[in-house]
Amino acid sequence: MGLNEIYTAALMEHNNHPDYKYALDGATCTHEGVNPSCGDDITLALRLDGDTIEEAAFTGHGCAVSQASADIMADLITDRSTEEARALCDLFLAMIRGEVTGEAALAPLGEAAQLKSISRMPARVKCAELGWRTCMQMLDEQLRVVS
Amino acid sequence: MNMLDTTTIEKPTLSVDLTANPYERDFPLLASNPQLAFLDSAATAQRPACVLDAQRDFYERLNSNPLRGLYQLSVEATEAIEQVRVRIASFIGASDPAEIVFTRNASESLNLMARSYGESFLHAGDEVCISIMEHHSNLIPWQQACARTGARLVYLRPDDQGIISPEEIASKIGPATRIVSVMQVSNVLGVENPVASIARRAHEVGALLVVDGAQSAPHLRIDVGALGCDAFAFSAHKLFGPMGIGVLWARREILEKMPPMLTGGEMIDWVTETDAGWAPIPQKFEAGTQDAAGIAGLGAAVDYIEGIGHEALAARESALVAELAQRLGELPYIRIIGPADPRRHIGVVSFNVCGVHPHDVASILDAQDVAIRAGHHCAQPLLTWMGIESCCRASVALYNDRADIDQLIAGLDTVQRMFNGS
Repeated sequence: MGLNEIYTAALMEHNNHPDYKYALDGATCTHEGVNPSCGDDITLALRLDGDTIEEAAFTGHGCAVSQASADIMADLITDRSTEEARALCDLFLAMIRGEVTGEAALAPLGEAAQLKSISRMPARVKCAELGWRTCMQMLDEQLRVVS
Repeated sequence: MNMLDTTTIEKPTLSVDLTANPYERDFPLLASNPQLAFLDSAATAQRPACVLDAQRDFYERLNSNPLRGLYQLSVEATEAIEQVRVRIASFIGASDPAEIVFTRNASESLNLMARSYGESFLHAGDEVCISIMEHHSNLIPWQQACARTGARLVYLRPDDQGIISPEEIASKIGPATRIVSVMQVSNVLGVENPVASIARRAHEVGALLVVDGAQSAPHLRIDVGALGCDAFAFSAHKLFGPMGIGVLWARREILEKMPPMLTGGEMIDWVTETDAGWAPIPQKFEAGTQDAAGIAGLGAAVDYIEGIGHEALAARESALVAELAQRLGELPYIRIIGPADPRRHIGVVSFNVCGVHPHDVASILDAQDVAIRAGHHCAQPLLTWMGIESCCRASVALYNDRADIDQLIAGLDTVQRMFNGS
């Protein structure tokens, strides 16, 4: 596996200059996710208007892969409905598990689809998943509250 | 102020040629992967062919259930295990082979002490003293024992060089202390703890001393008598032996008053419908069929180490780790975690690359065939106390050489260029 396949310029840019890594004022819901094997943690915060995600942001610490992946995710789910965001999380996790590989099928993920090659790096799968897993858990709680 | 005893840190480092490597060829995995710089022996060592052969030999030549059969093959299988028990006793300076209990690993050995001894003899108001640098395997079992008995867990804390001072020992180990349990060598800081001083203090107050030797047994000659401990735990897989075999040594009178943790086959004297009596030590603690081939492999590992000689092994490993710490210390973007003095590191050097997460460091090194560990090293309370989330760790064994260290340093240069651009 070439390093450049994982540590792309885009990934490094998201890691070095994340757009969505800040404490969110007026968050409607927050959720903490932890990777027990590495001790990394992330706190994801959403500001919801009805079922629309108006703003998403995260804090915490982790490797470049986990930080960039969370930043890309926050960008992707902003202005989406919670249902849509939930479906995108599912799709991303399926991609990382290597279950969905087709370019067309992965198109909804946008930039996040570039993390596909992580599926061939078992040691880093958990890093890439951290933000998305955290988001999924939070949305599941939200959707449960609403229904 | 550090109370450094400088006599303990003089190690022979001059007479070793780190360019030559007469050992790598003994290890099939390394011999067939010459490009690999394996710098994670503190997690698990590689195994020499003689250990793998001994395991296969057991199944090919002696396979039968030890202790059960009355036929010749079973008698020979039993003898094979008991010979290793004798071998291990002498390897750690114990006089009575019955004091050697085979377990699955150091974790299980320490759990046995905490569950069986700790939970039987601790009471509310008692104290258990461990150090903040303990591996989770010598921390959680005592946390659990304290939670179950109402005893209090007290931590010894080192100074910024990783040294536990005599004052710290005197103040934390006191009249309420019943059990002290410390690691001899830290798997993160690489320091050797002052076990003999801790033993003196523990015994002064009537406490028992358990030593986690998982990181020391692979590097230091162990003499449980000279250490003054009451129990000593280690794993075979860190000293070139098989995974799944561990050892607990404890003084006879301690083992005799401990109840068994596991019950079942081969650990009994008699069984009725309502009760059972236990076999003498060590069988009392060895319920069920043991990993006899693994035990044979452990015997072969000890033969291998003693064939090289502790002095030669220590000299090479000291030279390797000193060079590793020295070279890492020369890199301006590296922060070494643990003692600044390279000679104080035993087997391991932990570090961080400024501004780069350890997992990224490990991944980028991996792409350059350098294997190191990155994360919390099963020592979360230590890292939290030091104010870091995670770190990288390079560790050496005798089969490493200067080329491995060169490869690590070159790899770190790539990490630095990728992340910090210079």
